[in-house]
Amino acid sequence: MKLDSFAEIINACADSGKSFPQIVAESNTENFGIAPADAYTRMRAIWRTMLDSVKNYDPADRSASGLSGGDGGKMDAYAVDGAPLCGDYLADVMACALKTAESNACMKRIAAAPTAGACGVLPAVLLPLYRRGLLTEDDAIDALFVSAGIGSVIAERASMSGAEAGCQAEIGAASAMAAGTLVYIRKGSPAQIAAAAGIALQNLMGLVCDPVAGLVEVPCVKRNAAGAVNACAAADMALAGITSRIPPDQIVDAMGAVGRRLDESLRETGRGGLAATPEGKRIAQEFYK
Amino acid sequence: MVGPSSSHTAGAVRIGLTARRLLGEPPIAAEILLHGSFAATYRGHGTDRALAAGILGMLPDDTGIPNSLQIAKQARVAITFSVTELKEAHPNTALLRLRGASGKTMEIQASSVGGGRIHVDKIDGIPVSFSADMPTLIVRNTDQPGSVSDVAKELCRHGINIATMQLYRDHRGGCAIMVFETDQSVPDAAVAALEQMPEILSVIFLDGFND
Repeated sequence: MKLDSFAEIINACADSGKSFPQIVAESNTENFGIAPADAYTRMRAIWRTMLDSVKNYDPADRSASGLSGGDGGKMDAYAVDGAPLCGDYLADVMACALKTAESNACMKRIAAAPTAGACGVLPAVLLPLYRRGLLTEDDAIDALFVSAGIGSVIAERASMSGAEAGCQAEIGAASAMAAGTLVYIRKGSPAQIAAAAGIALQNLMGLVCDPVAGLVEVPCVKRNAAGAVNACAAADMALAGITSRIPPDQIVDAMGAVGRRLDESLRETGRGGLAATPEGKRIAQEFYK
Repeated sequence: MVGPSSSHTAGAVRIGLTARRLLGEPPIAAEILLHGSFAATYRGHGTDRALAAGILGMLPDDTGIPNSLQIAKQARVAITFSVTELKEAHPNTALLRLRGASGKTMEIQASSVGGGRIHVDKIDGIPVSFSADMPTLIVRNTDQPGSVSDVAKELCRHGINIATMQLYRDHRGGCAIMVFETDQSVPDAAVAALEQMPEILSVIFLDGFND
């Protein structure tokens, strides 16, 4: 089946008795001719890349512009000594998001999920569970097929490009993918997976893509942390039995429609939002002089 | 992939790589023109280094991407960048003029449409439309009756299913391009057989991306 509808995936799960990731994996084989074992091997490589991008993080690294680097290290230190308001798991989530996004800004290897600008969100919610022994590698790889399914629905119905539909299509999509994936890991139903994805996406609806100096750094790095925390909140709401009043497929459609209405200055051109602030312009002038 | 942007870095590597594969031989020179957001932000995103990396044959996860301009210099591949404005082009578009060691040249216009995916818009000025995600066969021929049938028959002989096909030409009886996206890889034997056909000028087969 074409993976372009949460409702259809939920129905397919109900009709076949198969899990959400099974339906995604089978559709992947059907649509792209990739053998299931190969898809699994490739997903394992993506998972290992996520682990490595956090493991190889160096708080001393700085991006070419000097705008990014070191924040993941600060968050780590604070998590140890500062009794973070959000608690230990969310502090770790934020640290992992910052580290991956900062590594990306420093042109290191990351797993685009779904994009490079939003690469920190998915590993940020998964790695802290993995490191606490609450998620095995095999289960993480299985769960990534849930992420892929959610991403496919968003790509097919709306967009995954900041240049096309703003940050809601990048951090918003990543947050939806992460939220549904968390629900699956915590044994939620396919409907709860879709609800979490929908809630995460609606919470970030309208988010503009306004990179300072056109660089995937400010505000992208910190928005990865925000997208990851939003995913955790959406997952917990869905697991609590809270549903989305608007069906998740319609939320995705609305996101796409909002994206098409966004002014070009707010779609990755570096001409609106934070990029258009006096400080944003000063940074751009400095960098491109 | 190597950061920082799936559209401006990974997509750009794939554009460079697709251009290299379309040329069909290692390039010795490349003139690259950048349009829109590519033109505005290429330095910050490493789009220049990413395009160069692709032209040198690197994949989007190659850790050599940040150093590709130096690597190109060492390999004596002359790459120049400039900005331009193209008509009705996607914001992330590049125009690449490649020259190979044999003197063969090719001009490709392609755009990076998000999440690392690309779209090839023009080959040597003739509009085309394909993503290079799937196995893609590009046949250039003289515009005359029977050409499509000849290619389709050859693909059929090898059990290859055509997923999509497009036809373009510059003018009636002039130079035409056929683009076939297929479900299976096209074997060398089929490419060789097509190259023998009198109306066919050139055949390029790009296997689907597997990165």
